[in-house]
Amino acid sequence: MFILEKRPTPSRFWMAATPILAVILTMIAGGLMFAILGKDPFVAIRTIFWDPLFDPQFASYSRPQLLVKAGPLILIAIGLSLGFRAGIWNIGAEGQYIMGAIFGAAAGLAFYPSENRLIFPLMVAAGAFGGWVWAMIPAILRTRFRTNEILVSLLLVYVAQSLLASMALGALRSPDGGGFPGSRNLSQWATSANPELIVGTGMHWGVVTAFIAVIASYILLQRHILGFQIRLAGEAPRAARFAGVNPNRLVVLCLGVSGALAGLAGLFEVTGPAGQISIDFNSGYGFTAIIVAFLGRLNPIGILLAGLLMALTYIGGELAQFMLGLPSAAIQAFQGMLLFFLLAVDMLGNYRIRLGFGRAA
Amino acid sequence: MDLSAINPAVLIASLMVAAVPIMLAATGELVVEKAGVLNLGVEGMMIMGAVCGLAIAVEAESPVLGFVAAAAGGAALSLIFAFLTQVLLANQVATGLALTLFGLGLSSLIGQGYVGIKPPPTPRLDFGPLTDIPVLGTILFRHDPVVYLSVLIIAAVWALLKFTRAGLILRAVGENHDAAHALGYKVQRIRLAAILFGGAMAGLGGAYISLVRVPQWTDGITAGAGWIALAIVVFASWKPWRILLGAYLFGGITVLQLNLQAAGARIPIEYLSMSPYLITILVLVIMSADRGRAALNAPAALGRNFHASR
Amino acid sequence: MRRRSLLAGAALGLGLTLAGTAMAQDKTKACFVYVGPIGDGGWTYQHHQGLLAVQEAFGDKVETAYQENVPEGADAERVLTQMALSGCDIIFTTSFGYMDATNAVAAKFPDVKFEHATGYKREHPNVATYNARFYEGRAVMGTIAGRMTKSNKIGYIASFPIPEVIQGINASYIHAKKVNPDVTISVVWAYTWFDPAKEADAAKALIEQGVDVILSHTDSTAPLAELAKTPGTIGFGQASDMAEYKPSPRVSSIIDNWAPYYIKRVGAVIDGTWEQADAWEGIAGGEVEIGEITEAVPAEVKAEAEAMRDAIAAGSYHPFTGPLNKQDGTPWLAEGETASDGDLLGMDFYVEGIEGDIPK
Repeated sequence: MFILEKRPTPSRFWMAATPILAVILTMIAGGLMFAILGKDPFVAIRTIFWDPLFDPQFASYSRPQLLVKAGPLILIAIGLSLGFRAGIWNIGAEGQYIMGAIFGAAAGLAFYPSENRLIFPLMVAAGAFGGWVWAMIPAILRTRFRTNEILVSLLLVYVAQSLLASMALGALRSPDGGGFPGSRNLSQWATSANPELIVGTGMHWGVVTAFIAVIASYILLQRHILGFQIRLAGEAPRAARFAGVNPNRLVVLCLGVSGALAGLAGLFEVTGPAGQISIDFNSGYGFTAIIVAFLGRLNPIGILLAGLLMALTYIGGELAQFMLGLPSAAIQAFQGMLLFFLLAVDMLGNYRIRLGFGRAA
Repeated sequence: MDLSAINPAVLIASLMVAAVPIMLAATGELVVEKAGVLNLGVEGMMIMGAVCGLAIAVEAESPVLGFVAAAAGGAALSLIFAFLTQVLLANQVATGLALTLFGLGLSSLIGQGYVGIKPPPTPRLDFGPLTDIPVLGTILFRHDPVVYLSVLIIAAVWALLKFTRAGLILRAVGENHDAAHALGYKVQRIRLAAILFGGAMAGLGGAYISLVRVPQWTDGITAGAGWIALAIVVFASWKPWRILLGAYLFGGITVLQLNLQAAGARIPIEYLSMSPYLITILVLVIMSADRGRAALNAPAALGRNFHASR
Repeated sequence: MRRRSLLAGAALGLGLTLAGTAMAQDKTKACFVYVGPIGDGGWTYQHHQGLLAVQEAFGDKVETAYQENVPEGADAERVLTQMALSGCDIIFTTSFGYMDATNAVAAKFPDVKFEHATGYKREHPNVATYNARFYEGRAVMGTIAGRMTKSNKIGYIASFPIPEVIQGINASYIHAKKVNPDVTISVVWAYTWFDPAKEADAAKALIEQGVDVILSHTDSTAPLAELAKTPGTIGFGQASDMAEYKPSPRVSSIIDNWAPYYIKRVGAVIDGTWEQADAWEGIAGGEVEIGEITEAVPAEVKAEAEAMRDAIAAGSYHPFTGPLNKQDGTPWLAEGETASDGDLLGMDFYVEGIEGDIPK
């Protein structure tokens, strides 16, 4: 057996090397799985990790798409990471994402077909507000009644999904859609569209906002007293109370920020890549972002990288599916493996492995 | 609208069946969380149970063996979680979510050969004349064995946690692993056992869906039941009998809203379909507001990894 | 910096050799985008059967590729673009929610043909739409349901209130009523296309209300499994044949058979005769198939149902033929008048006699 020995200070080398080690391990294990499924493991691995970035047939399109796919993940994960650091568990970002899209789309569609330039900023504000409102429900229930925020935020995802369906079928349904569900296409109405800002880069307002969020959260955590309070509340709740941190204020703040960011992500998706409110508008970004937040060790820069890596496996996975005929289930399992390995080797930064027969706890 | 057409006895009987998968999975997760471990991979373990249960039940033509295999399948998947979080000290929230992703993918790969195959039926328990007692017979004596088993398991977990030394140790590990370690208990081993139990229970719950509720395999058959099970644990404030309450409440409202529709109640359907979630939140708010001081009741070490620093 | 360009150069070389091998073959490439997994046993499964039929029909002349579980939101456009980039000649997008993405990508790839299922937008000459007249099958099922019910209550498990589903409810009810004037229909909206446990609960709730025939418009076999537990109740296969529940409770089925259409359209691409179209075929074209009517149905009912099927196929009977009134009693179709396709595609009302409201 082996035992883990805590390092006096985290190893910088291993902090940087573990993700690479994890990817290599995943390639070996995943390659094995692909071989069992009867596919050439080398081709499969190359299709997933290499082709989206460098293949001449796809790369010019797929590379910018990395940002499109990673943008909402990063944006939501940044918001979640603040709460997670403070021990506040918002599991319902998916619901806040949906509500942001609904509020934002509704605000814009109210003015259809006006061409006023103020409409898009208004929609952005409405989107953030929608996500914020939805996150305030668990926040207020927790501060007023001490109701567990995990449960409330999670169940509200399902409520938001029902609302989304009824909006797509009712209030927000496109009058020109011949009775079919789904709103007007917001990305095709110039006033509300969230297009690529520079053609061929994948940068849209949502990606820009995600980058701003990364920087802002980095500064907040490093330099601002609030960032210190958040870290303190998570690491030493009792000390935080003595230091005068108001836990209720922190709950409202963290849930509010994460809700607003998730709402923004929803708004930028509904006006950009997705284009419209439809029954199945949400596609799991809110849940995937939780993984991204932890893969990035709740650190803004880490989240940025983790978001890009997740996006790569999605896009590469898509290529592998139709180029090689791999079932989507195999890609899911592959992503699961990658996460397992990333998490498994993560401790090498903080611990040293000793082989031997010491007394394991 | 004719609400009298809804027979309460039949309604209760069907909510008992509807609640079984989430009840089993939630009971398992309760034990896991009592030991201080937060495993968010319930959905993944349930669906592994669903596919393993169905595959073995079909191959061996025995629902009993199917359920055994389902428990083993769920436990096997949870072993990955246990290894990562207990030995390698990985983050529990992320590992749990990854487990769900992995479980959904793997189950679908295993299930490819079983789409559209009917498993052998799980028979009802035969209570003889008891079945014909009006009302009570319908509610209590017309179910398959797993319905009773799920209640028995809750009773067993309750007794274990409350009256036995093993239960005391489990709770101690969940409340303060450092103290438990100082007292000489093997924190990691105890947690490993709890995680395996949680996996097995989730597997059973999944198999109840694929072998009894909807006897078949299709991709994604659990359709989010694992998440509801997680919510029910919190709803229950980590108390076994409240799992029964929570699962019956949730299952009951789900079944009731469909019954109301079938009976022609004129309530807007979008609100009806949200009602199970909203009412669950509401009941929890009332319960948590009511008890002045007995705060959240969560195990103190929940989600925190343990490493013996010596 | 230098190292990076070196890497990129190597990548380029590697990619080019691969692209070269891909270019070497001049097979026609037919690609499919699915909203669910091919193991769903229903909607996506049937489309995939269509893909297999295409492969079988053309053998070496075509190459097929597919991608399953593609969400309808933001991901669809990327998946379609990547497919087009990979050299697909024709792409079938098999869910309503891909409509705008299909048209957007079609604009960028004028040489690639796009076929969108169940939609109505054809904004570019290389976009065609196709759908099947499922309501024709519902008319046949409704006839069987009306004859078979003993309690005079039939149930309908509906997914979402969209025209296609409402057509199905109306067609079922009209034809059940025609053969059994006492019949009533209870509709349960599940608000999901696929949630086996919920579908089973919905079936159970209907059975408890005395319903003994259930039609479903959701995709799993769960309602049939529930019916199997209650003797004397019957149901129908939906989307796929669901033959494992023969001879009862599954007494017949509506099968989405996309194979004839897919073979026809891929063939047109190979021949160079492909043109934009708006296909909406039913029993006659083979898109809607009535699965075997089992011996659980009396011979005269079976004959009646088959006669209706044949009349619809021959074009001598339209399932929506007047006189028909809307639910509120306002006239819709006069004696002998048949519904226009426009009316059907936008159907948002129940016909007279159905209780309850369509959720808005």
